[in-house]
Amino acid sequence: MFKSLLIVLMTAVLVNNYVLKQFLGICPFLGVSKKLDQAVGMGVSVTFVMLMATAVTYPIQTFLLAPFGLEYLQTIVFILVIASLVQLVEIVLKKYIPALSRSLGVYLPLITTNCAVLGVTLNNVSDGYDFVTSMVSSLGCGLGFLLAMVLFAGVRSRLEEANPPKAFQGLPIILTAASIVSLSFMGFDGIIENLFS
Amino acid sequence: MSGVIIAVAIVTGVGLLCSAVLVVASKFMTVSVDEKESLIREILPGVNCGACGYSGCDMYAKALASDPSVAVNLCIPGADSVSREISTILGVKHEDVVEKVAVMRCNGVCGAKKEKHHYVGIESCSAAKQLFGGQGACTYGCIGFGDCAAACPVNAIDVFNGIAHIDGRDCIGCGLCVSKCPNGVIRVIPAASKVVVVCSNHDKGAAARKKCANGCIGCKKCETNCPSEAITVTGNLAEIDYSKCDNCGACVSNCPIGCIAYEDSSCRYY
Repeated sequence: MFKSLLIVLMTAVLVNNYVLKQFLGICPFLGVSKKLDQAVGMGVSVTFVMLMATAVTYPIQTFLLAPFGLEYLQTIVFILVIASLVQLVEIVLKKYIPALSRSLGVYLPLITTNCAVLGVTLNNVSDGYDFVTSMVSSLGCGLGFLLAMVLFAGVRSRLEEANPPKAFQGLPIILTAASIVSLSFMGFDGIIENLFS
Repeated sequence: MSGVIIAVAIVTGVGLLCSAVLVVASKFMTVSVDEKESLIREILPGVNCGACGYSGCDMYAKALASDPSVAVNLCIPGADSVSREISTILGVKHEDVVEKVAVMRCNGVCGAKKEKHHYVGIESCSAAKQLFGGQGACTYGCIGFGDCAAACPVNAIDVFNGIAHIDGRDCIGCGLCVSKCPNGVIRVIPAASKVVVVCSNHDKGAAARKKCANGCIGCKKCETNCPSEAITVTGNLAEIDYSKCDNCGACVSNCPIGCIAYEDSSCRYY
């Protein structure tokens, strides 16, 4: 049990990394990876929201949509629930934990309908995970997102000092660098299964 | 047909439930934001330098809005215009900001200072200081890796020719660099002052001269020649009392080493 959960976690972090392998959540990945502290803030916020979203959407899927055969409504219902959930979390944080709200506050509205968050919840359903496995998987996805953000913040700090040809300056060189980082993650294919066998 | 009705009912139900929760939450958990606080926060420059003594502009705005005894002239980067706007919002008497500027008290440029050893390692003053007090023979002066430049929010500090240089035109006087310097070389002085002792060495005259050609030898010539008795030599180093100094410049012309500099704050750059 524990071993299979560990495999799910590591797979989500390294092999199926949401940003670098499945290309979800590219917008915050490129937008907020300029500075390390912001990248970490965004990564932590996304992990937090992914966990919350999975905890809420799993019961909706199992107890509301599946019994009526309404799985085709997943996307719209999940978007609805996740968006209002993030809003609710923001209100609660503002009231009771103002310090946390100040550090996460900028990022929370950005994540409201982030495709990485939606992707995690939908993938958990399509992979047929149970509740605990779903939570572990979303934790892994969040950590994977955090890892990608931190790695890319490091790459970008080097890019700032580099002097690429004029045609590459700005976004083109960043996208090129992102694709190379993504390429490096392709090397993790098949590693996890053999690690724990 | 009933499938459609159930689908519509469920989505509507979920939507209504979500909105109901949000409405209730926003009703019961609203945080009342002080109107004055957000107004003041908009006026403050947002550099978060901490020169006011509060941790960032948000905190200073909060303190101003809630506590009438907090002075309105603490924001140094914002200068007089900001303090005037704050005082009109709060309806209190306006006070001028005492503008300040950071100055280097070291002129150990390449050629003047002697090297004690060659340092190869982390490019940071605090790291270099750990190893025998830095690579320079003088352990009081600028180490030259630019910890201060990294801390400066307005990029007023450049490191070249072996020491850090502060551009007085860009400096906002926040004093963040002061705490970063492991040798305490930088000092924040009133921007109106023009005379600076550009040395921090407390060694005796001959020893100081051996370590750096621009070092203060503690000869007390400035002390005896100062008409307003603003200079005292303590621990073999001249110190200027800026509350007494009238910028006459007698010390500058009398210093045999040239380690007291006369600078106009509009182009304080040495």
